[in-house]
Amino acid sequence: MFENIDLSLVDWSRAQFALTAIYHWLFVPLTLGLSFIIAIMESLYVKTGKEEWKRITRFWMTLFGINFAIGVATGIILEFEFGTNWSNYSWFVGDIFGAPLAIEGILAFFLESTFVAVMFFGWNKVSNKFHLISTWLVAIGANLSALWILVANGWMQNPVGMIFNPDTARNEMVSFWEVLFNDVAVIKFLHTISSGFLVASMFVLGISSWYLLQKREMILAKKSILIAGIFGLLSSLLVAYTGDNSARTLAVAQPMKFASFEALYEGKQNAGLVAIGILKKSDRKIGEKAVNDFAFRVEIPGFLSVMTKGDKNAFVPGVYDLLNGNPSQGILSITEKIERGKKARDLLVEFKAAKKNNEIQKAEGISGMFRDKKFIDNYFRYFGYAFLQKPEDAVPGVKISFYSFHFMVVLGFYFILVFAMALYFLYNGTLVVKKWFLWIALGSILLPYIAGELGWVLAEMGRQPWIIQDLMPVSAAVSNISTGSVITTFILFAILFTVLLIAEVSIMIRQIKLGPKH
Amino acid sequence: MNKFSSSINRVFRFYYDGFRNMSWWGRRVWIIILIKLFVIFLILKLFFFQDFLSGHHSSDDQKSEYVLDQLINSK
Repeated sequence: MFENIDLSLVDWSRAQFALTAIYHWLFVPLTLGLSFIIAIMESLYVKTGKEEWKRITRFWMTLFGINFAIGVATGIILEFEFGTNWSNYSWFVGDIFGAPLAIEGILAFFLESTFVAVMFFGWNKVSNKFHLISTWLVAIGANLSALWILVANGWMQNPVGMIFNPDTARNEMVSFWEVLFNDVAVIKFLHTISSGFLVASMFVLGISSWYLLQKREMILAKKSILIAGIFGLLSSLLVAYTGDNSARTLAVAQPMKFASFEALYEGKQNAGLVAIGILKKSDRKIGEKAVNDFAFRVEIPGFLSVMTKGDKNAFVPGVYDLLNGNPSQGILSITEKIERGKKARDLLVEFKAAKKNNEIQKAEGISGMFRDKKFIDNYFRYFGYAFLQKPEDAVPGVKISFYSFHFMVVLGFYFILVFAMALYFLYNGTLVVKKWFLWIALGSILLPYIAGELGWVLAEMGRQPWIIQDLMPVSAAVSNISTGSVITTFILFAILFTVLLIAEVSIMIRQIKLGPKH
Repeated sequence: MNKFSSSINRVFRFYYDGFRNMSWWGRRVWIIILIKLFVIFLILKLFFFQDFLSGHHSSDDQKSEYVLDQLINSK
């Protein structure tokens, strides 16, 4: 069957999903963060009764509204793609996605039709307190909405809380709480929303800096920088903290991804963390893929071992250990995993034959095996490996994982510095005269967006070849449709999203130039 | 009943006044939202994004059978 699906279909389907996800993620983080910044500003207005805070709140609410409106429903397209381009996958995930996405849909609908309306139409029509509660509910609701999407994504990275039913060829949820509190999902949620807070904080800091450079809206700019500086500094520290936790979680759930983003080929004890590094191709190869050596690196000795297991003597497996196996560390080779995956698949073949021959008892016996913990742990958990042609197919692109991760981390530390400096200059009263810093802040608006996108590139490219970790490779998930139709919709999406982005940026720039009076 | 219809009326007036008194940017983004929803649901969904399995199989049993075949017949 899959031999009939050409590689270009898989690549185009992946490219289309990447395009829509990347564009969607240009709108989402600002909504997540700016909603909280507005809620904090409005809280200050309600607490102090000062009209200035109301004016500030309404100005940022306008920019929030533009972003929210342009971005709304762009995520629906991803769901369309699941059904059309990724039908095997959509069927295989069963109700695992259904529950979280349904909750997300209902939440988003109620949120958008009620509390967002109160936020924008309710000034002077509802009490200040009710308006404030609505603003907070929009912020909390938008972020909870992200939770359900990230729970679904977390399950793809670390599938838990389900049992595969061979009768329906679907995974069935057996523990909602296990899916919800999946280690990968929880940390991914916190890391993602805090990165959204950071995007919004830099957005507010950058635009406020522009006002200071223009010598207009000085009070608005300074008060906004105070809020954005504190919120941004706390968020960037939270991003660093959750990023560290995320790496620890990945070391267990996705060790190949972990080894790739550190370009660690040979596992070792007392493994160092590469702070800065440049990769070069070496003469060695894994299959047809060139192995990357370091042309240059600055390493923090022992830190990778400490980061993963809290002990500098801990062994961190490298790509070779995970590929070839390392019995002394209890690591199976990919060849062994392929064999185990094939045994699980052979059992499915037997199940189908038994059903066809009306051997009900045999079919029920096989079906029962897929519910047996021992079989799941030893065989079914490697089901996806049966699809791999050769062991090296399990190795993701090391170069893209390494650079995405390290650029993201460098940017993360840069953000901490920028917010700390903004607060320091504001505190000692020199911010207005530090024009170089105001230009840096203005120029930094796009950087958290880039960091966020790099994070997603790392998360999704680093886990290749899997669409569901260890259970289903991307090549097995795709629908057998024409490549031409995927290319057509790819172009349509590229046009649609680019037009939306241009519309957003131009309306926003107009409103920013007009300022809060309008 | 009167209380209920009065509440409905108030909610209606709330939205009606809100839309009527919308600012320049509000009107612009609403136009964009409507065009976007039209493109997404009436063009993309209807003509380009039909559900693959539902389009080829009429029942869940057939869909299961098809996906099972896909899972076990791979090389």
